[in-house]
Amino acid sequence: MLHLILFVIFGGFCVAGAVNLLVQRHPINSALSLVVVMGSLAVEYLLLGAEFVAAVQVIVYAGAIMVLFVFVIMLLNAGEEERTKGSRVALLFGIPGMLAGSVLIGWVLLERAGTRAVPAGALPGAPRVIGWLLFHDFLLPFEVTSILVLIAVMGAVVLASHPGQKHGKKEG
Amino acid sequence: MRERGRDALATTGETLALLRNKALNISTFIVVSVIKTVVALFVLLTAVAYSVWLERKVVGHIQNRWGPTRVGPFGLLQPLADGVKFLFKEDLTPPHVYKPLYIAAPMIAVVFALTSIAVIPIGNWVTIGGLHIPLQITDVNIGLLIILGVTSLGVYGVALAGWSSNSKYSLLGGLRASAQMVSYEISLGLSLVGVLMLAGSFSLRDIVDAQSGTFWGFIPRWNIFYGGQFIAFFIYLSSAYAETNRIPFDLPEAETELVAGYHTEYSAMKFAMFFMAEYANMITVAAVASLLFLGGWHGPLFGPPALRAILPVFWFVLRIFGFLFVYIWVRGTLPRFRYDQLMAFGWKFLLPLAIANLVITAAIVAVKS
Repeated sequence: MLHLILFVIFGGFCVAGAVNLLVQRHPINSALSLVVVMGSLAVEYLLLGAEFVAAVQVIVYAGAIMVLFVFVIMLLNAGEEERTKGSRVALLFGIPGMLAGSVLIGWVLLERAGTRAVPAGALPGAPRVIGWLLFHDFLLPFEVTSILVLIAVMGAVVLASHPGQKHGKKEG
Repeated sequence: MRERGRDALATTGETLALLRNKALNISTFIVVSVIKTVVALFVLLTAVAYSVWLERKVVGHIQNRWGPTRVGPFGLLQPLADGVKFLFKEDLTPPHVYKPLYIAAPMIAVVFALTSIAVIPIGNWVTIGGLHIPLQITDVNIGLLIILGVTSLGVYGVALAGWSSNSKYSLLGGLRASAQMVSYEISLGLSLVGVLMLAGSFSLRDIVDAQSGTFWGFIPRWNIFYGGQFIAFFIYLSSAYAETNRIPFDLPEAETELVAGYHTEYSAMKFAMFFMAEYANMITVAAVASLLFLGGWHGPLFGPPALRAILPVFWFVLRIFGFLFVYIWVRGTLPRFRYDQLMAFGWKFLLPLAIANLVITAAIVAVKS
């Protein structure tokens, strides 16, 4: 019962944050709405018994990635966006596409109505289990992902370094 | 048919009793939790106020001054006077600030600074009136992760304050603070992994319990003496000083360059909230350092049972006090880093050191098990 109440409250927060992200005109308000979405998603994970994933969600997404988003917005001093009437592409394809997507999701949910919901806390979410899965069952994908991230980091360094300048030489 | 009905009735009765029991349990749980929260908040806020007093007093003596002496004996009532002053000062809101975030920023800072106390244990279990209560608001099995998560959200208070004030000094302070806090969070997190591997748990209570006992009968089994975690302790402390924006890492509020950094445009209670957040974060850092590296509340126990129950809390508070004293000592002694030095120290020295410590500790743990 308590689980259901909490689920509804934080699900509501999550959806409200997502809608607010789109409605707000100022980029920083949108970024903060995304933080709210991340935070309420973390609570939903917690309700499912995935405490480690919830903590990582807060530490990595809300605590680090979104801070960098806010940082960039602050650095660029981005102002309020102008409200346009929307592009024609969005009107022609976006809205029908969204409608079709929600109909599809609704249809799948109704089709599968017989499957019971996973009871809260039934899935393994303890740090030990996650660690075992990551470093035993999914070791190869995990390592491949880390190499991918490493490549991204190197790409960022290459892009950020000045092309004409020699490495290791300080300016001025 | 009747049998089944009776069975159903019996089960309903049992369920009802169970439910009543559960409701009773829930209501005791809520009452106990509320009491613990109120007491913890009261103690924490008092500690915050008096660490400001301690800082002024100690820095005063380091600089050959007296510090506060006028209000009460040894200036002990100074925090109260300061509190009253903050409440009655004019609360200025400069023009051109972005109001919603300008008002929200100090609240964000103080809320996240105070929340982390919820998972910090301050002692063993106690039994009061038949109730077996842990000296901790809530004992969760990912306590340390929760502290890391909550403190990582505290950056928003500082960053948003800097941005929403619409002033160059505030903005630069906010930018510096968020860059610094995100950078040092990595080495801070990595420095703790060694301890986690030794204890095999995220629960702060388990980590402390893993440090009970002694080596060769006299050296306490604290993590700082064990498995090379002294290096981790050094990394943790340095990164934590940077996380809390304290000297020598206080570039976000460097007075000589940025007036007061991110809280330049704040006055009265809003300014006091940033102050409270900073000191509450210092206390959290001190508590985590004591729990993870210095054996938490372990210490010599003696005397009658009542004293035995109180002593662990006393030893724990003593360690926190020691850490706060070192904080203030460092502030009175060291100069401030330059910004490039700060970044180089974090990325080129602390981070590789933390990774090396992690690998070596992992090897030791793997060989032992």
